[in-house]
Amino acid sequence: MAISVQNVCKRFGDFVALEDIALEVPAGSLTALLGPSGSGKSTLLRVIAGLEKADSGDVFIGDIHATPLPAHRRDVGFVFQHYAAFKHMTVAKNIAFGLEIRKRPRAEVAERVDELIKLVQLEGFGDRYPSQLSGGQRQRMALARALAVEPEVLLLDEPFGALDARVRTELRAWLRRLHDEMHVTTVFVTHDQEEAMEVADTVVVMNRGRIVQEGNPQEVYDHPADEFVMHFMGHVNLIGDAYVRPHDVEIRVEPNGTTSPAVVRRVLRLGAQVRVELVVDGGEPVAAALSRDEADRLPLEPGEPVFVRPRRERRFAEPEAEPAKA
Amino acid sequence: MIARLTLRFVALGYLGALLLVPVGIIVWHTFSGGLGPVWDAITAPEAVNALKLTLEIALVAVPLNTAFGILAALILVRTNMPGKALLSALVDLPFAVSPVVIGFTLILVYGQNGWFGAWFVDHGYPVIFSTPGMVLATIFVSLPFVAREVVPVLREIGTEQEQAAATLGATPLQTFRRITLPAIRWGVVYGVVLTTARAIGEYGAVAVVSGKVIGQTQTLTLRVQQSYENFDHAGAYAAALELAVIALATLFLMNLLHPRKDG
Repeated sequence: MAISVQNVCKRFGDFVALEDIALEVPAGSLTALLGPSGSGKSTLLRVIAGLEKADSGDVFIGDIHATPLPAHRRDVGFVFQHYAAFKHMTVAKNIAFGLEIRKRPRAEVAERVDELIKLVQLEGFGDRYPSQLSGGQRQRMALARALAVEPEVLLLDEPFGALDARVRTELRAWLRRLHDEMHVTTVFVTHDQEEAMEVADTVVVMNRGRIVQEGNPQEVYDHPADEFVMHFMGHVNLIGDAYVRPHDVEIRVEPNGTTSPAVVRRVLRLGAQVRVELVVDGGEPVAAALSRDEADRLPLEPGEPVFVRPRRERRFAEPEAEPAKA
Repeated sequence: MIARLTLRFVALGYLGALLLVPVGIIVWHTFSGGLGPVWDAITAPEAVNALKLTLEIALVAVPLNTAFGILAALILVRTNMPGKALLSALVDLPFAVSPVVIGFTLILVYGQNGWFGAWFVDHGYPVIFSTPGMVLATIFVSLPFVAREVVPVLREIGTEQEQAAATLGATPLQTFRRITLPAIRWGVVYGVVLTTARAIGEYGAVAVVSGKVIGQTQTLTLRVQQSYENFDHAGAYAAALELAVIALATLFLMNLLHPRKDG
């Protein structure tokens, strides 16, 4: 089911959390709301779920005008950053909660719970309490709980934010697979641009309560609408008034007319990638990212003189560009 | 090792000197003349009446204060109602005011010459020197316990579980019954135990409004004091023992009601 957000505004006292937000989420898509903390992304998600009431504007879920509906009547699955596990209930009881509220027959509930426990790979954990699970297991339980009632829409608020890096990577891939199997319209909030690019079909970048840009991940990365998005989507060098991504910095041994002289300051070997810190023209520091093979062909030692050139660069006309959509 | 043993010895010694010795002496004195006099003291009509009255008052005051305490805690923690600070102060008021003063104010309001007293007497329901006044006094003095026990627990559990229940389709009432109440149950249990202890043990406020009519408006606590003053030591000890048994039974029952441990 599609989600439509129209002219939504929300303030907390003097703080403007959402300013005239308009967003269309197509049915069956997987969308990331990406932004720094305080950008309004979580508030927007909570407004869609009915956990927060917008000051003005409307939310439609499918054909239903959801604005006046309280959270418990929106049929929306919600997953919280800190799991929100029902601590006094077992894993099976947690997952069964929504079904029991809907007064489904006991046999059906038991069957569905079994199915979901398998889906989230928690076989054998049904009788445990949340405190006996790891963070990743708790979040999988929370996901099963949200999916149990077959919601039209699944909303996840920084779902992997409290987990360690390895579990986070696993769960990202797992969420993507799950979505490809179930096709439930999914929106998740994250401040991690890598996570957004890895998991989502569509990335919606937010800043200071506004949507700055939306599009598919590659589009947003390659054609950022403004300097904020440029910075937020990954590390970037500012050379003069041009922005250059580290992987677009070419390092050469000989000058070729378009290069500038530079000196290597530090070399970081990070497995497959090598990060080189340089100083261009005795002034500006520049970071370059090379593959291992590329780096092996160059004399990269601190103090070594080299020549650099941007393969691709980007300039923004105005220092504070107007929010635009890609 | 020695430090730990010393610590234990001091803690147990303190408890022993202040709690176990006096309680032990009560039991000792109660049964010093054998079972017969104790049985006689407990089954005397005035004693039976005192026990019934004490239980009656507790059975009205404790449930009312439990419901009010949970409601007040919910308002204090979960809402942004204007006047919350005032409610918080009012909940604490019975702690701040001397029970005797509370009893005295009840007389001023509901007594023969009080604001509403004459009206109640005319309609055949005198408040002062009768059970309703004693119930009112008990409710007043035992009001804060449940709210004060539940407030910190509510704060600590936060709102996320309740929000999760809402997104799963639970109405506010279902959320309260299935999520909030189980989460705060130990706070409630503790509050009920304290409320009961205070309700059966209150002396000052109840003494003022009861008139202390033996066999009519005499609670167990009042009976302990009156029997003792009248050199009826067997009666005093027996009543004290009954009070201790009620308190222990409450503790036991409340623990029995919620045997599950948080997982």
